[in-house]
Amino acid sequence: MADFLQFLFSGITVGATYALVGLGFAIIYNASHVINFAQGEFVMLGGMSAVFLMHLGLPLPAVIPLAVVATMAVGVALEKLAIEPARNASVVTLIIITIGASIFLRGSAEVIWGRSFHSMAPFTGSEPIDIGGAALLPQSLWVLGGTIVAVVALKWFFGRTRTGKAMQASAFNPYAARLVGIDQRFILMLSFALSGLFGAVAGILIAPISLTYSGVGVMLGLKGFCAAILGGMGNPFGAIMGGLLLGISEAMTAGYISSAYKDAVAFLIILLVLFFLPSGLFGKRRTERV
Amino acid sequence: MTLLQVDDMSKAFGANQVIEGLSFGVSPGAIHSIIGPNGAGKTTLFNLITGIYRADRGRVLFDGRDVTALQPHELAKCGISRTFQNLQVFLNMSALENVMAGMHLHSDHRFWPSLFHLPMITRRDRELAEEARRLMAFVNLEDYLDAHASAMPYGALKRLEIARALATKSKLMLLDEPAAGLNPSETRAIDGLIQKIAESGVTVILVEHDMRLVMGVSDHILVLEGGRKLAEGTAGEIRHNPDVVAAYLGESARKQ
Amino acid sequence: MSFWNSSRSGGLVALALVIALLPLTFPNTYFFNVAILIGLNAIVCIGLNLLIGYAGQISLGHAGFFGLGAYVAAILSSNHGVPPLAALLLAALLVGVLAFAVARPIMRLKGHYLAMGTLGLGIIIAIVLNQEVGLTGGPDGMPVDSFSLLGWQPYGDRIWYWIVGVLLLATVWLALNLIDSPVGRALRALHGSEVAAAAAGINVVRFKVLVFVTSAILASLAGSIFAFYTGFITPGEANFFHSLELVAMVVLGGLASIYGALIGAAILTILPQLLTVFHDYEMMMLGLIMMLVMIFMRKGLVPTLANLLWRRGS
Repeated sequence: MADFLQFLFSGITVGATYALVGLGFAIIYNASHVINFAQGEFVMLGGMSAVFLMHLGLPLPAVIPLAVVATMAVGVALEKLAIEPARNASVVTLIIITIGASIFLRGSAEVIWGRSFHSMAPFTGSEPIDIGGAALLPQSLWVLGGTIVAVVALKWFFGRTRTGKAMQASAFNPYAARLVGIDQRFILMLSFALSGLFGAVAGILIAPISLTYSGVGVMLGLKGFCAAILGGMGNPFGAIMGGLLLGISEAMTAGYISSAYKDAVAFLIILLVLFFLPSGLFGKRRTERV
Repeated sequence: MTLLQVDDMSKAFGANQVIEGLSFGVSPGAIHSIIGPNGAGKTTLFNLITGIYRADRGRVLFDGRDVTALQPHELAKCGISRTFQNLQVFLNMSALENVMAGMHLHSDHRFWPSLFHLPMITRRDRELAEEARRLMAFVNLEDYLDAHASAMPYGALKRLEIARALATKSKLMLLDEPAAGLNPSETRAIDGLIQKIAESGVTVILVEHDMRLVMGVSDHILVLEGGRKLAEGTAGEIRHNPDVVAAYLGESARKQ
Repeated sequence: MSFWNSSRSGGLVALALVIALLPLTFPNTYFFNVAILIGLNAIVCIGLNLLIGYAGQISLGHAGFFGLGAYVAAILSSNHGVPPLAALLLAALLVGVLAFAVARPIMRLKGHYLAMGTLGLGIIIAIVLNQEVGLTGGPDGMPVDSFSLLGWQPYGDRIWYWIVGVLLLATVWLALNLIDSPVGRALRALHGSEVAAAAAGINVVRFKVLVFVTSAILASLAGSIFAFYTGFITPGEANFFHSLELVAMVVLGGLASIYGALIGAAILTILPQLLTVFHDYEMMMLGLIMMLVMIFMRKGLVPTLANLLWRRGS
């Protein structure tokens, strides 16, 4: 039982990160039908810039907003410089552009910060809390809490604010949204800023638990993509469920079966889902219009 | 003897019942039109007949054979061809290749001979290209024999789709709004083309909003409303059918 | 038609001449080494371009087939004494069967879902190659016995250059044949419009499976030859980044252009060699080039330049 709890804790912690990354995929997809393969790099940028700012001696309450804003700025720059000029390009072209952006960001991070691994001090102590014989790191609570806050805030934003509603409307029907005067370009830019935000938050929260380095975004990005697809692409709250599900399955596989194939679990699940439930677990079934 | 028989067909998308208990027959060698207001289910009906959608209920008989559950390419093999309301031209190919792609069923498309370009492949391809040129001439696209599809104007693409459908050598051709977006003189040309196709022995089912075109060429008209059959008959019968006049034809009938 | 055929044989003759004369300009064996890598990448990219450029189906997992081809041929020949040529063919057969088995469900997917599916498949292959240490030597890689056929051993970069050169020429020829045949038209048609292709009687699923398997087998063959040529392989050959590089080569050179695949492979194989001077900037530059080409030359180098020349010519 203690084992199970232990695996569950680590699964939820990692799953929350996947969820935040998946959320970023879903938000951009909704606004533009672009899959942003650079999403994982937002996580890397958030974590790395936080580590870097800490080294400069800034206090944590200053580090977090600075790292988040920096990542959001990169997100907006990516949208303005690379996505907008190629708005009407095909799916394959857009995939290549965002993959190029991902490689570029990773390469730039290597140039700026080198290739070594960095650790970051936990926000509040490293003394594990004992729950039913399983050790829970305080930082895991931060990850979980941060994810919950992010999701609640997003829900409020979509449901209660004018801009959030406009974003939902354009996801549902871009043409009609344009007719009623919603600025598509602003929505698009906002979506990149938001997913930069969620990516950075994930990167900062997880950095004290797993080391951070310039290549950390690759796997996180791909698994976040898995989470988004699992949740039914374009369904932000499905992406959260998908992320948690993946994190927990991974931790259970690593604990009970083999840690060697931990990384394969997410992809195996996603293949099975794609083969048998092509619109994801929480996605709407669609009929193609001809 | 009917060529196509639709029996008690129904199709819903979610709560939206698009086709409901529809039955009708199409006799060979004539031009049949299906008319009805927007949302009457005309295009859905085409998609059901050509296997793109699967009906919730009912069946389709073609040439006496039950073809209800067949895939689109299998239906093409049975002898049903179609054009699309929103153009579905292969814009990544030349005009001639579009028509040649339509001859797929009559080409030798085995993998290994194609890979090595065996003489039988090239010989057959030369014949197909020749025939494709004839078909392009048949639909008055002589000027575009060397054109790339992406460089052709809208009206020409409409006729290119018809040539591609003709290339399948089908017995039945479904034309989904062939005159939509065309100017009056282009529409008249399409009018003549449809009659030419019917004279060549292909049965035509036409969905079209241009009432003058429909009334002029149709041997038989089926009127749909809300996914059901409202009326059917000759152009004259439809024109004077009070239900149809009330529901749909009102404006244009009074004008004529 | 006749023009097309003469231009095609013209291209093939030009390519043969380039392959034959290029070694005259090589000052040392390092150049042969780079040329061989270009040739092998080009073979994979031509297959991949049939899939992505002509049939319009993306794959972000083809390095998996390349890696599998390398490892299966290496394991069969080095550990089980299977004659190398037979090992290479068996690897191609195995990869072909695997690709065929997954092709039906994978090729039903579209757009991003297809990207995810192929990506997942490639990553799973890479993870298996990494983890099955007993079979593959794990992340450290494995040595491969040299190639031999009936007692003859190709030795040195020069011989391999000619082998790869001839194979490349054959691949280009076969790919051009295929494109300009009813099969190629069916592939391009389903790219143009799947519903219209089906309405013309084209069995869309069958042709998608066909092109997926063909491209996987080409990747496997190139992988096997790579293993025999370098004599040492690591799971890195199968990883996600290599899959991305392959797609980048295809896109850079030009979608739906056989010679484009070749040029793209050449540029992205040479570029890292040139950039070794700026080793730290290599990845940054690669990313930047991918983005810039896609934004400003959406059709890729070869089609864009061909268009320019054609316009100037007329």
